[in-house]
Amino acid sequence: MIDSKIYGEHVTAWCPGCGNHDVLLALKDALARQDLEPHRFAVVSGIGQAAKIVHYVRGNGFNGLHGRALPPAQALKLVNPELKVVVESGDGCSYGEGGNHLLAAIRRNLDITLIVHNNQIYGLTKGQASPTTMTGHVTKNNPLGVFDQPFNPVAVAVAMRASFVARSFSGFKEHAAATIVAAMQHKGFSLVDMHSPCISFNKVNTFAWYKSRCKEVSHDPANWDEAMKTAMVFGEEIPIGVIYREQRPSKETLLPQCRDGAMYRRPVDMDKVAAHMLSYA
Amino acid sequence: MREELHLILGGEAGQGLDTVAGLLGKAVVRSGRHLLTVQHVMSRVRGGHNNFRMRLASRPVQGPPDTFDLLAAMSRESVDLHRERLAEGAVILVDGGWDMAPEPGLIGVPFAELAARPVFRNVALMGVLGAMLGIEADILRELVADNFRAKGDQIVSSNLDVLAASMRWAADNTPSLPLPGEGDSVTRLAMDGNQALVLGALAAGVRFCGYYPMSPATSIAEGLAQVAVDMGVVVEQAEDEIAAANMALGASFGGARSIVPTSGGGFALMTEAVSLAGVMEMPVVFAVAQRPGPATGLATRTEQADLELVLRAGHGEFHRAILAPADVADCFHLTHKAFDLAEKSQGPVFILSDQYLASAVRSVEPFDLGSLPSVAEPDLSDADPDGYHRYDWSAPVSPRRIPGHGKSLVLADCHEHDEQGHIIEAADIRVRMQDKRLAKMDVLQAEVLPPVFTGEDESDLLLVGWGSSGEVLREVAGILQGRGVKAASLCFTQVWPLAPETFLQRLHAAECVVAVEGNSTAQFARLLRETTGFHIANSVLRYDGRALTAGYVLERLAPILEAL
Repeated sequence: MIDSKIYGEHVTAWCPGCGNHDVLLALKDALARQDLEPHRFAVVSGIGQAAKIVHYVRGNGFNGLHGRALPPAQALKLVNPELKVVVESGDGCSYGEGGNHLLAAIRRNLDITLIVHNNQIYGLTKGQASPTTMTGHVTKNNPLGVFDQPFNPVAVAVAMRASFVARSFSGFKEHAAATIVAAMQHKGFSLVDMHSPCISFNKVNTFAWYKSRCKEVSHDPANWDEAMKTAMVFGEEIPIGVIYREQRPSKETLLPQCRDGAMYRRPVDMDKVAAHMLSYA
Repeated sequence: MREELHLILGGEAGQGLDTVAGLLGKAVVRSGRHLLTVQHVMSRVRGGHNNFRMRLASRPVQGPPDTFDLLAAMSRESVDLHRERLAEGAVILVDGGWDMAPEPGLIGVPFAELAARPVFRNVALMGVLGAMLGIEADILRELVADNFRAKGDQIVSSNLDVLAASMRWAADNTPSLPLPGEGDSVTRLAMDGNQALVLGALAAGVRFCGYYPMSPATSIAEGLAQVAVDMGVVVEQAEDEIAAANMALGASFGGARSIVPTSGGGFALMTEAVSLAGVMEMPVVFAVAQRPGPATGLATRTEQADLELVLRAGHGEFHRAILAPADVADCFHLTHKAFDLAEKSQGPVFILSDQYLASAVRSVEPFDLGSLPSVAEPDLSDADPDGYHRYDWSAPVSPRRIPGHGKSLVLADCHEHDEQGHIIEAADIRVRMQDKRLAKMDVLQAEVLPPVFTGEDESDLLLVGWGSSGEVLREVAGILQGRGVKAASLCFTQVWPLAPETFLQRLHAAECVVAVEGNSTAQFARLLRETTGFHIANSVLRYDGRALTAGYVLERLAPILEAL
């Protein structure tokens, strides 16, 4: 195992006490446990407090636009299957703005890992409701409380038979790191719904709130029916751990043109271009 | 003997007219003649009225034809719709089963006899037309056999029987309408603009295409998809246009040359990624095939009205280049060049085409692949990886390295950033980084394609066009010169940036300058005025969804010519 110091020490723009610090530590720990040198992986993100993590990990990074972490990450994996690709974003980015991309990414099943820092609130824009904010939660922009039903990412992912679905809590550091390792080791699309409290704008879903509710799952993650039942549980009890897992080939392994490694190294075969051109004669 | 022959094939979508037009066009090109086939299709899969207009000639042809020597009507509606466009003595082929009053030139083809089932009627029509044009039977047979080979021997042999019977019938019952001029044995290709664009991308080493289907750009992605495994290209149909464009940037980050084919409506959604390419300094090629707007407009028709959209797309200030091919060969060469420019300038480069150019098939010489210039490469040195900064500002264009290649770490960021790519808000760094990006204009300016001028230096009438309108202008100028008018044309195949020193003199030297564009507000003339101060007061504009033709332009030039 390499020393996680290799990923650097950076001054962050996060509030002291923010759950993101723990996710960052867990990520570095997970990278170190896999002996991943900085040039062997890329972290891709969108916008939000969580998305800034790209700037706090020494490695390759692509900090794109709001909701758009998954599309470039998937393309990166397609054109260079040798790179480990980790996507980090928040609940607003992945479950709101980028919701359609999440559904498509689950269907594509490329071998990438999505870690969603889920704090059930918009932190960067200072306290508006997010897709996972619970019904009744009073926020700055919902003085009467949120009327909308919260999005259940885990249930949606299991329903779509995402090949790896897990939930963790940043406050349980070992659990968070181990879950990220399991997700990254899984061949195929992996989702880690990582609850990570926002201490400034979410006074409901706090460290203590998660800590008293998060309980390790006990069902067989290969059992879809059991996984579906577990995925529907969220509230007084929050099941954490690997909720669902199945093995199927990831998309980049199914595409013959992706089998020879990074595409940028391949020279243009002008004889083939010529043959293709002459097919129009 | 005629120098040209104009055919129009009309009927409903789903009748297989595109197959006839495609195969017949190929046969004409294999017979050593020149060809242009323009599609007019409705935005529906079956029914409606579609037509294919073919211009066959003994010399290279330019724009679409205005009148026709033969109408092949596969629906009765087609006869009425096109009657007034027929030249004197034109032949009208109709279904012999229709109850139609006899008239000169009208010939009833016994489709019911020639084609046992309606599905064979397109091949029957091809046989009749092939025989009338005097195309060698072997050429037709080979094309039919190739076209149906995948469906099995039985289908091939049935189609060949229909072809033979139809040719025999036509030999006895139709007038001869021989192909213009002598055929030559030079190998030419029959290809549309999008197919040439695909070839240009392949020759430039394209590795990734992100797209969401939209006419008339879809055939670019389809063309790439068909050769994706063989050529080593990933073609990903994204969940939406936003994903397609953002994917292309991710692929480009990974070192893959990337293209995003789309049309105006799809491109509107992609503009966030254009801006992202601007700040990330990411090479990417957008191929925007224009169709009429606003919004969904006329989905299967043509227009040149997205110049300003493409020119301004994306918030903030950053540079781009916009190439506007005038013909099929340009589609190939400018696409190849676009990839080079994107890498050299590390930013977005656009190919601004349109439905007419994208789908019109024409005869073209095979491209000289051996003489193509090389395409710029990223920096694959990995020298001093610890000292590597993605946005090193010692030069406007920083070395672009590829993640995973060597130990250099690459950080691409959407925020304003420092040399390493980290978020900053410092005023001085912001200014320096913005200045660095803007300085890349010199890279683009050094490679600007000058407009193509034809005609006399001091002309009475100078026609100015861009993209696909350019070649119609050349044709119109030629016709006017034949009539004794001192006419000239100036055709832009790059519309941004502009290099006024390459053309401003021409504008000043002409007695009268007329802008000819496929839009309703003369967008390019406005851009010329903004860039050079030169005001083009006269314009001929077309925005009914149809391509400019020489006849259309000449008619509207008449009052201007009279005033000269």
